[in-house]
Amino acid sequence: MTDYFKLVVLGLITLAAAIAANYARDLAYNVHMLLIMIIAGVAFLYTLRRVGEPKAAAGDTSGYMDGVVRYGVIATVVWGIVGFLAGTFIASQLAFPQLNFEWAQPYMNFGRLRPLHTSAVIFAFGGNALIATSFYVVQRTTAARLWGGNLAWFVFWGYNLFIVLAATGYLLGATQSKEYAEPSWYIDLWLTIVWVAYLAVFVGTLVKRKEPHIYVANWFYLSFIVTVAMLHVVNNLAIPISIFGSSSVEVMAGVQGAMTQWWYGHNAVGFFLTAGFLGMMYYFVPKQAERPVFSYKLSIIHFWALIFLYIWAGPHHLHYTALPDWAGTLGMVMSIILWMPSWGGMINGLMTLSGAWDKLRTDPVIRMMVVSIGFYGMSTFEGPMMSIRAVNSLSHYTDWTIGHVHSGALGWNGMITFGALYFLVPRLWNRERLYSLSLVSWHFWLATIGIVLYAASMWVTGIMEGLMWREVDANGFLVNSFADTVAAKFPMYVVRALGGLMYVAGSLIMAYNLWMTATRGEAAAKSPAAAPAE
Amino acid sequence: MSKKADDKHENDVPTTGHSWDGIEEYDNPMPRWWLYTFYACIVWGIGYTIAYPAWPMINQATSGLLGYSTRGALAEDLQSAEAANAAINEQLVSVALTEVSADPQLQQYAVNMGAAVFRTNCSQCHGSGAAGAVGFPNLLDDAWLWGGTVDAIHDTIAHGIRNEDDPDARYSEMPAFGEILSGEEIEQVAHYVYTIGGRDPLNADLAAAGEETFLYECAACHMDDGSGNVDLGAPALNDAIWLYGGDIDTIIETVTYSRFGVMPAWGLRLTDAEVAAVATYVHGLGGGVTEAE
Repeated sequence: MTDYFKLVVLGLITLAAAIAANYARDLAYNVHMLLIMIIAGVAFLYTLRRVGEPKAAAGDTSGYMDGVVRYGVIATVVWGIVGFLAGTFIASQLAFPQLNFEWAQPYMNFGRLRPLHTSAVIFAFGGNALIATSFYVVQRTTAARLWGGNLAWFVFWGYNLFIVLAATGYLLGATQSKEYAEPSWYIDLWLTIVWVAYLAVFVGTLVKRKEPHIYVANWFYLSFIVTVAMLHVVNNLAIPISIFGSSSVEVMAGVQGAMTQWWYGHNAVGFFLTAGFLGMMYYFVPKQAERPVFSYKLSIIHFWALIFLYIWAGPHHLHYTALPDWAGTLGMVMSIILWMPSWGGMINGLMTLSGAWDKLRTDPVIRMMVVSIGFYGMSTFEGPMMSIRAVNSLSHYTDWTIGHVHSGALGWNGMITFGALYFLVPRLWNRERLYSLSLVSWHFWLATIGIVLYAASMWVTGIMEGLMWREVDANGFLVNSFADTVAAKFPMYVVRALGGLMYVAGSLIMAYNLWMTATRGEAAAKSPAAAPAE
Repeated sequence: MSKKADDKHENDVPTTGHSWDGIEEYDNPMPRWWLYTFYACIVWGIGYTIAYPAWPMINQATSGLLGYSTRGALAEDLQSAEAANAAINEQLVSVALTEVSADPQLQQYAVNMGAAVFRTNCSQCHGSGAAGAVGFPNLLDDAWLWGGTVDAIHDTIAHGIRNEDDPDARYSEMPAFGEILSGEEIEQVAHYVYTIGGRDPLNADLAAAGEETFLYECAACHMDDGSGNVDLGAPALNDAIWLYGGDIDTIIETVTYSRFGVMPAWGLRLTDAEVAAVATYVHGLGGGVTEAE
């Protein structure tokens, strides 16, 4: 019966997509509808061929559901490399504009590749990492299999379809022109469906947990899932110009639109890149260090303080604009009060290692996690500082912001994800150990030096640029033209691209190491994580 | 799963008693320094929101005890900068531009101000070094479309060229000869123009054939010898300077379709002192002409 239902739904989707592709008003929409038509059509034929066949005895559903986590890990690595490569390429374009090749216009110019880079690293790399680790962690810490059967697979494939649609849309010129919320309206609708499914799987698993209490990592994951749903829906409220086109008009215009955008933008940082990754940190750091978490009290206080305060911080992106002063003040004050709650996570992470500091010498994975937490602490100090109006008047619109974001993204998000991947792969593929610890060390040093080059060059060039913009002569007249400031940044842009290159190189080494671990590693004597009760 | 017995200093701290997949939690108190810094930030935050505009009420937000606003602060800054320069600005506007150089202090001021105005408003087209670009004249040389005396430059900047905002804008329009001459004639005249500055002809026959058309159609504005006419904004064709390019294809394109470069009327956007200053600056870049020439 469900087969027939599936056939009807898939058939209708195929038909609707074909019609939509026929009436498409722009290239991106056309390509997307053809893509959806093909995917739904193939799924239709696949289902059709199996109708009536006796179902193979439903696979073993007694243990943890790790297949989807394995796919998530692979997707994380692949998208990570794509995103890092795109970033290194656009960094090189900024240093050497000739790389905006004439023959590749308009698809490969900086303007289209930049959102491709940010979405690839935040949503594709980070998002897959969050989904995969949250599925792994929630099962282990509740001692329950993922709720909802194949719904978790729907979340994985649905989310990655979202990424493919978003990325191809950027290259073909479809964008909402809202930073980190560029995908067109129909892609947003699709993500909403996928995200609700994700929430259902996660909450469903929590509900049927075998443990009496919910572990702190799951609080963070849950806050991330719930808040991102809210942010995504509100910021993407838009009216399509045509149902057969990718363009839309946003509902909130002017300063309200800007405020909504940065309420979304900053909380994408706060809940996607901070809360979600803190969830990751709270599981993988104590596991890898084999130490208890430092303080339960600290975790509960800093969790609630973080959740309460982050949501206010958006207006600090709009100092000295049309946004009223009062909103800017609140954004700035809440950002500064947020400093300690953010550091609560750092303290809990670092202090968890006390008593295990000797492992820093022997275990490069722990080293990665420590550096990650260090960068987390640094950028969560830098952020509140940059939210202060006077500091912001210097830093805003300069490369300092880019440096700040990347010390957080490359340092904190990247490194904690790498640590989690090194932890997960041997366990997921049932291997005794990683293929090579010395390759992990290589990855560690390449990535760390790459981040330092990146962040330091952007700090220097950002502050230089800010000072040049406001430099005045004895009569109070501006000294530099904008082009002068661009020219002055060239050496730093080269250093930044070099840092990016090192970071990519490290991630390629990781991909090789993980591949060899999964395919050539020595099988573990017995599965360390025996099946949970189900 | 029980944690390994180890001899580190936290042994005496109990855990909360829960264990998730082997992870336990110590019941450590929050670090004092952390907690007190957190409190201090909260107290500071309350104080700051009292001092500055912060809390939205029904009709408007609290305005803060200090009476600060970003707009107010900017207005004050601008006002004090304006006040500081008010006297010398008045002097700059009242003195004839040809006399500015007589007063070194005024000259220095005008050049500084003009340079700032230029970098902000002019460099986008003319380049931050004023060397121009295709379609945007180089201001460093002594070739001037509309005259190179400081007063002529001032007029050009104040009223602009071929814009619709200022009735006094400089205006001239070269016909699109594609609608007047045959393709063959255009090719001939272009070859003639190519040689007019002394270059060897690419095709001597075509160039020779183009001379008559040139004298008949073009010389009225560009003069018989191709030296141009600044009163009409007709560029000299007998020098090596080409606004849109001096290769034969570009010349043919220019003759066929003509050009219609536009410059805004900066007098409508800048203060009188700023226009006077930027005219002084441009005039002093190297190509400025001293007097009637």
